[in-house]
Amino acid sequence: MSDTEGGRGVDRSIPDSLSSLYQEVILDHYRRPRNKGDLEGATHTVTMNNPLCGDVIELQLRVKDDRIAEARFKGRGCSISQAAASMMTGSLEGRTTSEALALTVKFKELMHGEPERMEDADLGDLRTLAGVAKFPVRIKCALLGFNCLEEMLEEEDGNPGGR
Amino acid sequence: MSTIDVARSSTPLDVERIRRDFPILDQEVHGRPLVYLDSAASSQKPDAVIEAVDRYYRHDHANVHRGVHALSTRATDAYEEARQLVAGHIGAASASEVVFVRGTTEAINLVASSWGPAAVEEGDEILLTRMEHHSNLVPWQLLAERTGARLRFVDVTPEGELALDDYERLLGPRTRLVGVTHVSNTLGVVNPVARITELAHDAGALCLVDGAQGAPHLPLDVGELGCDFYALSGHKMCGPTGIGVLWGRAEILAGMPPYQGGGEMIASVELERSTWAEVPHKFEAGTPHISGAVGLGAAIRYLDGIGMERIRAHERELTAYALGRLDEVERVHVYGPREGRAGVISFQYGDIHAHDLATILDRRGIAIRAGHHCNQPLMEHLGVSATARASFYLYNTREEVDALVDGLLFASDLFGGVGEPPRD
Repeated sequence: MSDTEGGRGVDRSIPDSLSSLYQEVILDHYRRPRNKGDLEGATHTVTMNNPLCGDVIELQLRVKDDRIAEARFKGRGCSISQAAASMMTGSLEGRTTSEALALTVKFKELMHGEPERMEDADLGDLRTLAGVAKFPVRIKCALLGFNCLEEMLEEEDGNPGGR
Repeated sequence: MSTIDVARSSTPLDVERIRRDFPILDQEVHGRPLVYLDSAASSQKPDAVIEAVDRYYRHDHANVHRGVHALSTRATDAYEEARQLVAGHIGAASASEVVFVRGTTEAINLVASSWGPAAVEEGDEILLTRMEHHSNLVPWQLLAERTGARLRFVDVTPEGELALDDYERLLGPRTRLVGVTHVSNTLGVVNPVARITELAHDAGALCLVDGAQGAPHLPLDVGELGCDFYALSGHKMCGPTGIGVLWGRAEILAGMPPYQGGGEMIASVELERSTWAEVPHKFEAGTPHISGAVGLGAAIRYLDGIGMERIRAHERELTAYALGRLDEVERVHVYGPREGRAGVISFQYGDIHAHDLATILDRRGIAIRAGHHCNQPLMEHLGVSATARASFYLYNTREEVDALVDGLLFASDLFGGVGEPPRD
């Protein structure tokens, strides 16, 4: 924690919870989202929103031989929902659909604060979102992209609505 | 008005003293003094209201209008006294024009379900505005579906006011009802409802005013407004949740069929048919929210004891101060007009999304609202999916506005500066 002198004596000390929620990596993905835009030849498209706050993610995948060849997203909303979607798309490429679903399970565990997931290299940059666990009302923001993924892949499995 | 009243009505509020009436304000959130800037969503309650509800349950509770015993008489008296207090506060011609409901939403649903089907036919029009809250939109959509009526919408100007020329253009021989909010819960603009009602009546239409954001903040006289229905919520004006009011002109209420059937609302019941009680009881089926009405009565006593003119003046002054302070912050964009507004300020802060801002401010003890404010069509019109909203009431101070502005600067630091708002 640092306490800088503000112009009008503003207390600008940053609580740990906030500095871990808004890490540079997350803000960078928010401001310069990766894999954003339309995907030519998409085989799967799902759009979901959070009706309470208006955040929207549209996820598009190109799946070939049960493997995710490309993932893109479009959407609007808070830094957490957009950064999580940006990171997620980056980590999906090359995975089989069941590997992608396994990643979803791990990410949800991370959101529930399970300590072993913070060490799980499989989650990559997504681990920087671990701080969301301390803000229960924001977990749904982080999960929006993964909810799209789950919806499309579980439908594929003939197991719809297993959110 | 006597000379003493005139002097008092122009005295500024002693806000520090008022704050002591609201026990909830005296607490820390995340280690900092609570700064509650979300009264447009729900206001806090003074001791007078909390104690009135407590006293009612400890001493006077029984069911109303049916017992001959002492407690039932006391409960009935308390409930009907609350109705009188509401009538006096809003300038109703008679307490029988005051129907207790759960809140503004139920009040509007009551009109749409009871008045609507008998008065509206296929091809008729209900004229609403683009700034209505979902609760003054969806009940009319349901009525339109049921009757084949058509909904039309008055435009909002780029400044965030109702386009009155568009309103006059849309008013026509098929317009049966005009539904308009007194104060926009997103833009803060105070609509000229007296003028709107006058034009509606000239066109042969009724006018319903959604007073959810008006009644808590403005001196009110439904006779002066001239409207036909006025809907309000108790919890936004220092009263309990779950109690609200539909005010309607006596002759219109008398002609409307019941909204729900049950006890309390009947004159006599046979197996095949019943006759209805007089208004307002015709619309109050079942045991009502007695303690809620008692609490609302206490809230009205409290507000009237301070004076709505003074409350309005305080909020005007605080809103002007807040707009000035927000002007100092680079990349803050405030929605709605500069003048003629109530204590509601919706804004965007560069590329810091409203939800992020609300989370960050919360960690500094500051409660604001973020989202679409149950105003999705208006948000669409403004071209945003969410805004941050700070709203004020009689207990808010300049220091709290300063805390908000400091919080914005803090958020900017945390985000490493504030950029242009993102484009889709």
